[in-house]
Amino acid sequence: MISSIIDMFSYSFMVKAFVVGILISLCASLIGVSLVLRKNSMIGDGLSHVGFGAFAVATILGFAPLEFAIPIVVIVSFLILKLNENNKIHGDSAIALISASSLAIGTFLISITGVNTDINNYLFGSILSINNSDVIISIILSIIVILIYIISFNKIFAITFDERFAKSIGINTNLYNIIFATLCSIVVVIGMRLMGSLLISSLIIFPSLSSLQIFKKFRSVVIFSIVISLLSFIIGLIVSYLNATPTGATIVISNLVIFIIFKIISLIK
Amino acid sequence: MSLISLKNLSLGYDNQIVLKGINLDIEEDDFICIVGPNGSGKSTLVKGILGLIKPMKGKVIYNNLKQNFIGYMPQEAKVDANFPASVFEIVLSGCLNKTLFYKKNDKEIAINNLKILGIENLKDKCFCDLSGGQRQKVLLARSLCATSKLLILDEPSNNLDSKSKKDLYKLINDLNENHHITIIMITHDLDHDNLIGNKILSLREDDIFFGSTKDFVRRIHHDK
Repeated sequence: MISSIIDMFSYSFMVKAFVVGILISLCASLIGVSLVLRKNSMIGDGLSHVGFGAFAVATILGFAPLEFAIPIVVIVSFLILKLNENNKIHGDSAIALISASSLAIGTFLISITGVNTDINNYLFGSILSINNSDVIISIILSIIVILIYIISFNKIFAITFDERFAKSIGINTNLYNIIFATLCSIVVVIGMRLMGSLLISSLIIFPSLSSLQIFKKFRSVVIFSIVISLLSFIIGLIVSYLNATPTGATIVISNLVIFIIFKIISLIK
Repeated sequence: MSLISLKNLSLGYDNQIVLKGINLDIEEDDFICIVGPNGSGKSTLVKGILGLIKPMKGKVIYNNLKQNFIGYMPQEAKVDANFPASVFEIVLSGCLNKTLFYKKNDKEIAINNLKILGIENLKDKCFCDLSGGQRQKVLLARSLCATSKLLILDEPSNNLDSKSKKDLYKLINDLNENHHITIIMITHDLDHDNLIGNKILSLREDDIFFGSTKDFVRRIHHDK
């Protein structure tokens, strides 16, 4: 088995998938903790569907998918944020509305123009679709996400725990919400290449959910969701390579297994 | 000199005025209780002083005090009781008005505030494992980290049993008397046992009273 794992990295597409996957898993788990704790888990899901629509439009118009989709998804995330601010109750339905519409528009456009080879890749992800420029963009954006997260870690904690208090001591919570929505959009769009639009949101919420079952300090929750995220990615990638199963789905399943184990441990404790 | 002056201050939301033309001075070392029925604008006034909402008219003048150096303790119900955070993480976050990364000095301030409130032993406990009274003390310690001058407390004794309530009021009183921290507290407790502070601001539609607690009590008896 070891030799086939070593063998795995002789393929350049596997190396690319590994690099992008590690970075995305890391970023997704960072973002996930705050999204889950603020009960905003559905935002990731909504944005990934918007990403699908944007990818479809980019394919038809002949634009580079990542460069086109990132700004679109960022703008939509601001829109969702605004809707959430103005009326808490309708935030949920706004996300559902936007996500279903984007999915429908994407599918519609792809079918009328007859370019449907990519639709499966967009929905479920494909490690074969990752090209060199995707790798470079992923590396640059991931470094930005990680740096911003480290610099704002304490403030992100304060806002996640108690937004009103954070505001009262002069933290610009609106600015941080915008930064956060941007980071979330970037992670979703980059992650979609690998995980597909239907599965990327699980990469964001699963590791933090697992971590939350056991750990009770914010810092440990964050650190262990990173560990869990990286671990499930590596296990998922290797298993999918050895058994020729879809990578995205395999990664989600390994996340699910870890979640179940953690849940059982938390129940026993 | 007064710490905060409200000059002809009107506050509200979306063009709906909640408080109109408030004029008052908050002096150093005051302990002011804000009372009034639901919807009378107690929380709105506090948000106005904290700068969480902008005045519709008039202004708030801060003397020798920066707005983000006011220690604020929101209602407990607004905080997620199951949040995974240690007491120390929460208390320390009160120092974020001066810094992005915690320095040694910030940690000392946080520990000192835990000591003042007698909860140093809870430092490494999870917020989610604490009792209601302990949680309130943690939030109080956090707001203390943000200030050395003024604390604003929004119904701190809500949902507490009478023993924890007395305990908390004693601590707040001690902060006012021995640590010279000015206190503004929204409260529902007007019975004699729990009457604390030297001044009362009573907000009722068209009937705003601001004066000493003694005068207020006299007035209530007179009305009866």
